[in-house]
Amino acid sequence: MAVTNPKFEASEALLAAYTTPVGAAWATEARAKAAAHLRAIGAPSKRDEYWKYTNPAALTELPTPSAALFTSDEAPMFDAIDRVKVVFVDGVLDAAQSDDLSLDGVEIETLAEATSKDIHWAKELFGVLEANGQNPVDRPLASLNTAVATEGLVIHVKAETAKPLALRYIHTSESSDAMVHHVIKVEEGAKFTLLESGPGAARFNSVLEVDVADNAEFHHVRTQGRDHERKTATHMYGRLGKESIYRSFTMTVNGMLTRNESVLEFTGDDAQATVGGASAGDGKDFHHDDTVFVTHDSVNCESRQVFKKVLRNGATGVFQGKILVKADAQKTDGYQISQGLLLDDDSNFLAKPELEIYADDVACSHGSTVGAIDEDAMFYMTSRGVPKAQAQDMLVLAFLGEAIDEIDNTDLADDIHARLAAWMERRRG
Amino acid sequence: MLEIKNLQVGLEEEDKQILKGVDLKIGEGEVHAIMGPNGSGKSTTSYVLSGKDGYEVTGGSAELYGEDLLDMEPEERAAAGLFLAFQYPVEIPGVGNMTFLRTAVNAQRKARGEEELSAGEFLKVVREKAKALKIDADMLKRPVNVGFSGGEKKRNEILQMAMLEPKMCVLDETDSGLDVDAMKLVAEGVNALRDGKRSFLVITHYQRLLDHIKPDVVHIMANGKIVKSGGPELALEVENNGYADILAEVA
Repeated sequence: MAVTNPKFEASEALLAAYTTPVGAAWATEARAKAAAHLRAIGAPSKRDEYWKYTNPAALTELPTPSAALFTSDEAPMFDAIDRVKVVFVDGVLDAAQSDDLSLDGVEIETLAEATSKDIHWAKELFGVLEANGQNPVDRPLASLNTAVATEGLVIHVKAETAKPLALRYIHTSESSDAMVHHVIKVEEGAKFTLLESGPGAARFNSVLEVDVADNAEFHHVRTQGRDHERKTATHMYGRLGKESIYRSFTMTVNGMLTRNESVLEFTGDDAQATVGGASAGDGKDFHHDDTVFVTHDSVNCESRQVFKKVLRNGATGVFQGKILVKADAQKTDGYQISQGLLLDDDSNFLAKPELEIYADDVACSHGSTVGAIDEDAMFYMTSRGVPKAQAQDMLVLAFLGEAIDEIDNTDLADDIHARLAAWMERRRG
Repeated sequence: MLEIKNLQVGLEEEDKQILKGVDLKIGEGEVHAIMGPNGSGKSTTSYVLSGKDGYEVTGGSAELYGEDLLDMEPEERAAAGLFLAFQYPVEIPGVGNMTFLRTAVNAQRKARGEEELSAGEFLKVVREKAKALKIDADMLKRPVNVGFSGGEKKRNEILQMAMLEPKMCVLDETDSGLDVDAMKLVAEGVNALRDGKRSFLVITHYQRLLDHIKPDVVHIMANGKIVKSGGPELALEVENNGYADILAEVA
């Protein structure tokens, strides 16, 4: 009798649960390749080394686990910013709530449009960066996304844009299961900012493939929504050309399960990348995982990973970050810091920082710390009359602020800072 | 006014008694100084008054204008009018000095049922007071005490004191780590706050500070008790002869 491995049963079940999209031959081929890869590696399991600290069950189980809706009377994120807004409701683009897909210097199409064209530049990227990122580590949820996602945007940036593109993901159905796949090509010398906000769906799986050409810049700021019960798996792939700049920051508050994977590859010399995140978790149900893989394969590039998590009431934070410096990637400057601030004894921060270096002339540093609130600072602040809860929030905000400061655009950084402060103030009551 | 009666304090973590019955009464508008050898309990007195963790009060009382200080949280003591200028002001990375000061001022006002200061009102007052203490705009913007020199930290303490307008100021070795000019500046800042009502308790090792902040009463503390009290001349005696004579005399 053949022994079946639950990993492969689960991947078959997932592929069967979604309709295979119809498209041009190149798109069908990319999707078929992703599906075949998923079949070969199986669905993620908590027995996998890469999922040692995060149980992927809720990200793969069928039917989709439900998530209660969350309402808030706050102004939506990035509302005050001059931008082109695109709204996805439970993972489906809602044209009525969105602005026209027009922005000077940029061509924006839907994934369905782009993948239906026989000849399209996206052929070189769609599923390609994702497939490259399957080595040396399996990323089955990204394969699934490439294989079945029909929603998303295909964005061609040809110049420096006057305003950002803001994607808002609204969650309106308790059982929604969203797959969103975006492909972005930033041409030589162009500059583009992508904003993303909102929980997206009860379960949200997103893939972002970004190719940043020589001398181009890509900026990315994301907030993941405060729905308590949502489950989220994101994959961001960045390929950096010569002298390019890539900056990504994610703010996460609440959410039952979040796995954010970032996979960056330096292919041109003298480029810079930052990937950062700040997260705040409360309660045993909270589990937040940042998994990062940065590959240096060119000379004199600089990468930064800056992750901060504040955890309380039994929340768990995970960081797995790797810097791989290939033999020819001389003069690499790689930096990685992950820090957990635990507000009580019940919370956990699990970190796996890794460096793998084959070049001999590099400067790589990494650090990982876990600690409690500084009691001396608390006493100092309370002795000036600041109530304990408020003093603690100020210290938490200062801690997370070091990651928020990685955002180049100070208006965006200030906005996130202010919202976080306001949220904490409301929570204190 | 501050009234401490038979205050007895030990450490929470180990069986060690530090204050063994301190009695001290500081009237409205008075300036008292506590001097004493290392380990006599001076700093502990200031910490226990302001509510630092790690100490266990085993007996006695401390009241500020009739309010039981020992029963309050540190922030309540502050709102009641107590201020401690730290010997080692704490650095708080990521928290702006001005933001912190405004949060503290408004938290105290709120606790006392007073109207909070607007950003504009606050800015006006803080600029004026900062100027007198030679604290520039940059110091106000930087994170609390981070990268401040010893003198800057102490001046920042006095600025906080000036903004918070406490009834009772405790200065814990405010002169330590200061050069003569910096000490003068700090002392001027303190003297500017003497208004006949506000009281001060100045803890110091040296007579020097008391040349600038003139005390009404000087106490000598040794082995967890106040062993001798007198006028300003007591500080001079310590300066000239050390503690040995006084301690021998009261033993």
